[in-house]
Amino acid sequence: MSAQPVSHSVSSPASGGSSLLPFVVLAVCLIIGPSLIYPVFLMKALCFAMFACAFNILLGFTGLLSFGHAAFLGMASYSSAHAAKVWGLTPELAIAFGTLVAMALGTVIGMLTIRSRGIYFANITLAFAQMVFFFCLQAKFTGGEDGIQSVPRGSLFGLISLKSDMAMYVFVAVVFFITFLMIYRIIHSPFGQVLRAVRENEARAISLGYKVEQYKLAAFILSATLTGLAGSIKALVFQLASLTDVTWQMSGEVVLMTLLGGVGTIFGPAVGAFVIVSMENYLAELGSWVLVVQGAIFVLCVMTFRRGIVGTASYYWHKRQQG
Amino acid sequence: MTLIKKLAVATAFMTAMAAPAFAQYSGPPIKLGVLSDMSGLYADLSGPGSVIAAKLAIEDFGAAAKGMKVDVIGGDHQNKADVGASIARQWYDQDGVDVILDVPNSAVALAVSDITKEKNKIFLNSGAATSDLTGPKCTPNTIHWAYDTWMLANGTGKALVKQGGDSWFFLTADYAFGYALERDTMEVVKKEGGKVVGNVRVPLNNQDFSSFLLQAQASKAKVIGLANAGGESTSSLKGAAEFGITQAGQKLAGLLVDVNDVHGLGLQVAQGLTFTDAWYWDLNDDTRKFAARFSALNGGKYPGKIHAGVYSSVIHYLKAVEAVKSKADGAAVVKKMKELPTDDTVFGKGEVRQDGRKTHPVYLVEVKKPSESKKPWDYYKILTTIPANEAFRPLKDGNCPLVN
Amino acid sequence: MFEILGITSQALFGQLLIGLINGAFYAMLSLGLAVIFGMLNIINFTHGALYMIGAFVAWMLLNYLGVGYWWALVLSPIATGTLGVLIERFMLSRLRDLDHLYGLLLTFGLALIFEGLFRQKFGSSGLPYRPPAELTGGTNLGFMFLPNYRAWVISFSLVVCLGTWYAIEHTRLGSYLRAATENPALVQAFGINVSRMITLTYGFGVGLAALAGVLAAPIYQVNPLMGSNIIIVVFAVVVIGGMGSILGSIITGFALGVAEGLTKVFYPEASSTVIFVIMAIVLLIRPTGLFGRST
Repeated sequence: MSAQPVSHSVSSPASGGSSLLPFVVLAVCLIIGPSLIYPVFLMKALCFAMFACAFNILLGFTGLLSFGHAAFLGMASYSSAHAAKVWGLTPELAIAFGTLVAMALGTVIGMLTIRSRGIYFANITLAFAQMVFFFCLQAKFTGGEDGIQSVPRGSLFGLISLKSDMAMYVFVAVVFFITFLMIYRIIHSPFGQVLRAVRENEARAISLGYKVEQYKLAAFILSATLTGLAGSIKALVFQLASLTDVTWQMSGEVVLMTLLGGVGTIFGPAVGAFVIVSMENYLAELGSWVLVVQGAIFVLCVMTFRRGIVGTASYYWHKRQQG
Repeated sequence: MTLIKKLAVATAFMTAMAAPAFAQYSGPPIKLGVLSDMSGLYADLSGPGSVIAAKLAIEDFGAAAKGMKVDVIGGDHQNKADVGASIARQWYDQDGVDVILDVPNSAVALAVSDITKEKNKIFLNSGAATSDLTGPKCTPNTIHWAYDTWMLANGTGKALVKQGGDSWFFLTADYAFGYALERDTMEVVKKEGGKVVGNVRVPLNNQDFSSFLLQAQASKAKVIGLANAGGESTSSLKGAAEFGITQAGQKLAGLLVDVNDVHGLGLQVAQGLTFTDAWYWDLNDDTRKFAARFSALNGGKYPGKIHAGVYSSVIHYLKAVEAVKSKADGAAVVKKMKELPTDDTVFGKGEVRQDGRKTHPVYLVEVKKPSESKKPWDYYKILTTIPANEAFRPLKDGNCPLVN
Repeated sequence: MFEILGITSQALFGQLLIGLINGAFYAMLSLGLAVIFGMLNIINFTHGALYMIGAFVAWMLLNYLGVGYWWALVLSPIATGTLGVLIERFMLSRLRDLDHLYGLLLTFGLALIFEGLFRQKFGSSGLPYRPPAELTGGTNLGFMFLPNYRAWVISFSLVVCLGTWYAIEHTRLGSYLRAATENPALVQAFGINVSRMITLTYGFGVGLAALAGVLAAPIYQVNPLMGSNIIIVVFAVVVIGGMGSILGSIITGFALGVAEGLTKVFYPEASSTVIFVIMAIVLLIRPTGLFGRST
C-alpha cells in the first residue's frame, strides 16, 4: 500500500537504551499476564499477535496486501495437529512440522503470485487460499467440518508436560518473544531496508539494481513461515484444528488486526491482535454485534485513523519530542 | 385394629422412615450451560427454546423450595467445533459450569463430550444426533437424550422400505451428523432388502439444492433420503416441491424432521411426509400442559423433541445430584443417573442405559393434510408407537467401551 | 439419449440449465461490480452485502407493507441504490486520491457492518419468500421440469445485462462516463459534473446488486449470509472477465455458472472451488483477465 504516512515510526528506535524499553515492558507483561487474565485467552491472543506480526512483514514492510494468509495458518494448524495426534510427535517436532508445511506452501504460492501487483495480488492470493480451503474441506485427514479434535499437547522434548495451561503458556510466551525479537531484527537489517525501499518506490529499487522479485518472494515466504508457526502452536493450545482457520474471513481478520494496530509499526499488529481478540471474547454474548464493531473499526481506521493505534501514538510522541 | 387400618399405619410408618433418605442437596450452587446454535440452521429446533426448557425444568423440580440454587446460562456455538470447544472449556475452567446441555451439531457435540470427560463434568446431549455418542465415542460423563441417528434410521428406514421404497438416493449433510445418519439408514435399508443407488455430499450452509435434487431425480431411486436437518431439510423439501419431484413419483424421506420444521414449511408443502420423531407435544395432557407453558415463553412456538429432551435431562440430573448430595464428581452423578429410573411429565417413565443412551418410546408419524389440522400446531398423525426396547440400537451392537 | 461418463444427457442438460440460472446471478452481480470498478476504479467489497439488503428490502416490503414482488423489483433497487449514493458521497469520495486498496478495506468494513446488523436482527437461518403467483408452477421440458420462476430469472437477467452493456458502450451518457474515467479533468472542463456522475454510477451499480437480490429472494431464501456466501465468487468472476470489462463480466458470469453446474455433476464437492482454480489459471496466463485492460 503506497499512501503510507508511517515510515518514520519504524526508523525511530535508532539506538541506545530507549529502544530496549518497549521490549522490557513486553517481557514484564508476558510474565505477569497469567496472574491477571485467563491463560488460555492470553495464549489465543499471543498466537494471533504472532500471526499479525508475520502478516505485517508483507503488508507493512513490503507493501503487499495478501488476502489469503489463512491458508498458511490453517494448513500449519492441521499439519501440526495431525503430527501430534496421529504420529505422536512431541510438541516441538509437531510444531516444526507444521511450520515447515507452511513454508513449503508459502514458497509454492509465492512463486506463482509474486509477479502480480496491487488488487490482482490480493485476488490471486485469495484464489489460492480458497483452493487450500477446499483441500482442507475434502481431505480425509482434516476431518472436514468436524476438524481434528483431541490433539494431545504432549511433553516438550519428551520431558516437560504441556498439559497444564500454565506450562503451555510459558512455552507460548517464550516462542512469541523470540519470534517478535527476530522480526524486529529482520526489519532493521539491510534486508528489511530493501523491503521498505520496495514498498516506497518499486521502480526506483529496480533501477538501483535490486532484484526486487527475489526480495518480495523472500518476504512472502518468511511471512508465510511465521504465520505457520502461529498456526501450529494454536492447534496445540486449543487441541483442535478446524476449518475456521482457513476461511477468507480469517484472512480478513488479520488485515483488520494489522490495520488497527498500525501498519508498518513493530508493535502495532500485536496490539491490534490483542484488541480484536479481547473484543471478540467480551462481546461474544452479543452475537453478531461483534461483526458490526469489527466493520466499524475497519471503516474508522480507513477514514480517519490510518496510522492505527501504535502508529498514531508514535506520531504524537514524535511531534511532542520535536515541538 | 382392622387389617386395613394396620396396613395404613404400617405404610405411613414406612414412608416416614423413608423420607429422611432423600435428604436435601446443600452444596454449592449448580450452574447449567445450554450450548446451542442460537441464530443459525438449528436455532428453531433448539436455540433459545432450550434455555426456556431448562428454566421450566428447574422450576418444576422445585429447586427453590428445596434450597437449591440452580442457574442457567446460554451460549452460541455458531455450528463451529472450535467455537463450541472454546466456550465449553471456558465454562468449565472459568465460569463454574457443572453441566452442559443440548448442543445440536454432532461435530461440536463430539468435541464437547471429550472436554467434559477431561474435566470430569457432565454433558447431557439432547440436540446432536450422532449415535457415536453412545457408541465408540461413549464416555462415563455423557448421556444422550431424546433421539439419535440409529433410532431415526430404523424407524423411518424400515417403515419406508416396507411400503415399497426399496431403492434409495441420499442427500447428505457433509459432516459427522450427515455421515452417521446416512450410514445408519443405509444399513437398515440393506438389511430390509433394499438397495442404495447413490449419494451426494452437500456442504453445510448450502443455499440452493436444485442441482443435487436433479441428481437424485436422475438416479430414479424410489426414495430420496434427506440426511440433513433443520434449515437444510426445509430447503431440500421446498426445492423438491418447486421441481415437482414428488409429483413425478419419487418419495421424500426426511430423516431428521422436527415439528418446528413442519411449522416453517407449512402443511401445504409438508403434507404426507413420513418420519420418526422422539416426542410430540400432543401426546397426552401432561405434554399439552408443558407445550402451553413453553409456547407462552417462546413467542408462541411449540416445543420440539430437543426442547423436551433438555427439560427431561435437567429434571433427572437434579434428582441424581440430590441423591448423591454432591455435584463435584461428574462421573459419579452420571452413574447415579443410570441407576435411577427416569420419570418426568414430558417423557414419562424411562431409563438411562449403561452406554449413556436414554430410552423411551418413539413415534412413526405422518404430516397431516391442511384440511385435517384442527388447531394450531396440529401437524402429526401418529401411525405407530415403537416401544423403548426396540427403538434404540441394542446395547451389544454399539461398540461402546463402557459396555462389557 | 447419450451418456457421458455415466451421466445421461438428460441429467446433463438439466444441470447445465441450473448452471445457467446460477450464472445469471453471477452475471448480474459482477456486472454491477464491473461497472463500479471499470468506471470508478473502486473495488466494492460491499457488493455482496448490498445484494443481501436488496433481498431483505423486498422481504420487508412484503411482510411489513404488503407490497408484492413486482413492485419490489422497482422499489428495492431504488432504495438500496440510494443507500449506495450515500455511501459514495460521504465515504468513498474521500478516498478517491488514495491507493485503491483503502477503498477495498472500507467496503470490506461496511460489508461486515451490514451483515452484522442484519444477522443481529434476523438470525442467520434464512426467511422464506414466495415467488409471485404468476410465476409458480413450471413446464416439463422433457429432460427436466423447469420451474417458471427460474425461467423468468434467466430471461430477465439477460435483458438487464445486455441493456446495461448497451447503455454504457453505445449511448451518449455511457460515453460521458467512460470519458470521465479516462480523463476527469477534461470532462469536467466540458461542464459535466464528474463528481455527481460518479456518485450516481455507484448508485446504479448498487441498484443492480439489489435487483439481483430481489430476483434471488424466492430461490435462495432471504438470509443475512447470502452476501458473504457469494461475494468472493463474484469477485473471481470479475477478475477472470477482466476488471474493466462489462461484456467480459457478463459472459464470464454465465460461463462460470455453467462450469460450476457441470462440476456439480461430475465432482460435486469441488463445485464451489472450480471458479478459483479457473481464476488462478487465468491470472497466471493473462494477469489482467480475459477481456481486461491493464490499469
